[in-house]
Amino acid sequence: MTVEGPHGPDTATSSEIVTLTGDPIPDPGLPAHEPRPTDVDPRLERRAERQVSALFGLSVVFTLLFCVSYFVFDIGDNPSVFLGLGASTLFLGLCLGLALLCIGIGAIQWARKLMGDHEIVEMRHPAASSEEDRTAAISAFNTGVEESGIGRRPMIRNSLLVAMGALGLPAIVALRDLGPLPGDKLYHTVWKKGMRVVQDVGFNPIRPADVVVGQLVNAEPAIFDPSRTGPDGEPLVHGTELLQQTAKAAVILVRMDPHDITPAKGREDWGVEGILCYSKICTHVGCPISLWEQQVHHLLCPCHQSTFDLADNGKVVFGPAARPLPQLPITLDAEGYIVAQSDFTEPVGPSFWERG
Amino acid sequence: MRLPRKLTHQVAAGLSTKRRSRFAGPALMLVALLLTGGIYAMFAPANADEQGSQADDVAAGRTLFLVGCASCHGKNAEGILTQRGNNYGPSLIGVGAAAVDFQVGTGRMPLAQPGQQAARKPPVYNEKEIRQLGAFVASLGPGPAVPSASDTDINGMSADEIARGGEFFRTNCTACHNFAGHGGAMPQGKYAPKIYSDTPRQIFEAMLTGPQQMPVFSNEVLSPKDKAQIIAYVKQLNSQPEYGGFGLGGIGPVSEGMFAWLVGIGGLVLAAIWIAAHTAKSKKKVQA
Repeated sequence: MTVEGPHGPDTATSSEIVTLTGDPIPDPGLPAHEPRPTDVDPRLERRAERQVSALFGLSVVFTLLFCVSYFVFDIGDNPSVFLGLGASTLFLGLCLGLALLCIGIGAIQWARKLMGDHEIVEMRHPAASSEEDRTAAISAFNTGVEESGIGRRPMIRNSLLVAMGALGLPAIVALRDLGPLPGDKLYHTVWKKGMRVVQDVGFNPIRPADVVVGQLVNAEPAIFDPSRTGPDGEPLVHGTELLQQTAKAAVILVRMDPHDITPAKGREDWGVEGILCYSKICTHVGCPISLWEQQVHHLLCPCHQSTFDLADNGKVVFGPAARPLPQLPITLDAEGYIVAQSDFTEPVGPSFWERG
Repeated sequence: MRLPRKLTHQVAAGLSTKRRSRFAGPALMLVALLLTGGIYAMFAPANADEQGSQADDVAAGRTLFLVGCASCHGKNAEGILTQRGNNYGPSLIGVGAAAVDFQVGTGRMPLAQPGQQAARKPPVYNEKEIRQLGAFVASLGPGPAVPSASDTDINGMSADEIARGGEFFRTNCTACHNFAGHGGAMPQGKYAPKIYSDTPRQIFEAMLTGPQQMPVFSNEVLSPKDKAQIIAYVKQLNSQPEYGGFGLGGIGPVSEGMFAWLVGIGGLVLAAIWIAAHTAKSKKKVQA
């Protein structure tokens, strides 16, 4: 280390280094202990004593009041007795809270007014064990190694190592439960050519004349209608399978002014009179989206604010989603109801590994 | 009026034996008058009065419109564009009386100031004036009419119907209006308002007309019965007692957690600091 002399660092010599002896800033030590009023005045001391006992006594009173309120007020009675709170809720909470608070305040008052408050210094101790303890531990370990003969009996040692190693196999074999891989399941939904688009919950089919410009219909494929039963009397899709298929096949139907829509090449006939159908599943992490701003044609996902422009082929205009919202091509059936032209032409929902 | 006169003659002929009576003339006159009036009432157009008042409403509504609305929406409600081509006030042709009843009835129109969104405020026009404005706007082009009282009647619904309304509500409404109907934020300063304080008619009209960014839910897809069930669910939801005390805006664990952290734990920290900072010391020495 160089000390900067009067002529700059390069002219400094060892003779110019000032050697300091002793501590340049002496340890000021602890300030003198100052007594509290309760330490010097017995009258104040007795008063503090009475205060602490009074607080503890008050706590008992509140505890008893809690028990009284429990029996006096009906649980779940009129919820707006006092400031929008029910009598039972209010008094049970207040009494128990105040009972605990009085014990707390009493304890603090006790500690700060009456318990000893002399400053105490506690020195740090070394973390290591004492030399005798360490020697004893090492000799115990060596005795164990010697008596078990693990060094002298390699057959036992090696077979034990193999047995322990083999125990890792079940953990690796159980990894198979992560599979099997979903195959092409992620590429398909239950939508197919000619399947009607029906309103969710109501399951009524939809004609273009029923839908006005600015309208949003939360829709499902007609196969989810619980009133359509198979030969076994059960709905066509039900139970867990219904939930899984709904998570992929849910759609929204919107109608816009046809002049506002700019269909991509090949999508010119995917809508009917300005009515377009899109997947309801966000391409970011798969939240259901139906936050539709009809005037600006934006569909907003409430989870992470991904925003899709449905007048422009579901293009992402904001947020973390990386892919446009998949569009379901629709047309009309013989009775004039809106039906799908085919399944989605791309996987719906979030991206996955194999899709790249 | 040939028929009444003919009838009068027949009655008069029947009474002819007493025609010389002192009361014959007045009696005949009375019968004739009653018949004429009765038959007129039978054949006259039944809603002549209503039509008359509707025409009056349109005229009165037009007067109100020219004073209060035309500066933004144009003298014939055709809408006004700004120089840059944006909407200054949109066209009202074809929005129907329901849209007027909602926008004016909730005080959103007339607009207090331009902005991202019209806010709810006390209505400026009274019930009659709103009806007149609605009649004028409805006369400009076909649009949804104000829903009837029977459509918005939510009394006497079974638990099943209200539960079905809940399914519709969670499917169609909660994305913007929150699962308790408390509303929520939208992009660029817009917001979905809270809906539990609106009347059933206003909620119905909002679904029917799609005010501002809200989409339309037409009666052909979401039937009036479905809408009434949704409204019944919202009202039922809002009448649920809050046993825990304060609802804190009904926006769920976020607001409650924030309240607990800021007010609860923050208060405890301040109390601890206050306790530690206040220690009385005495200059007197301890008495032995």
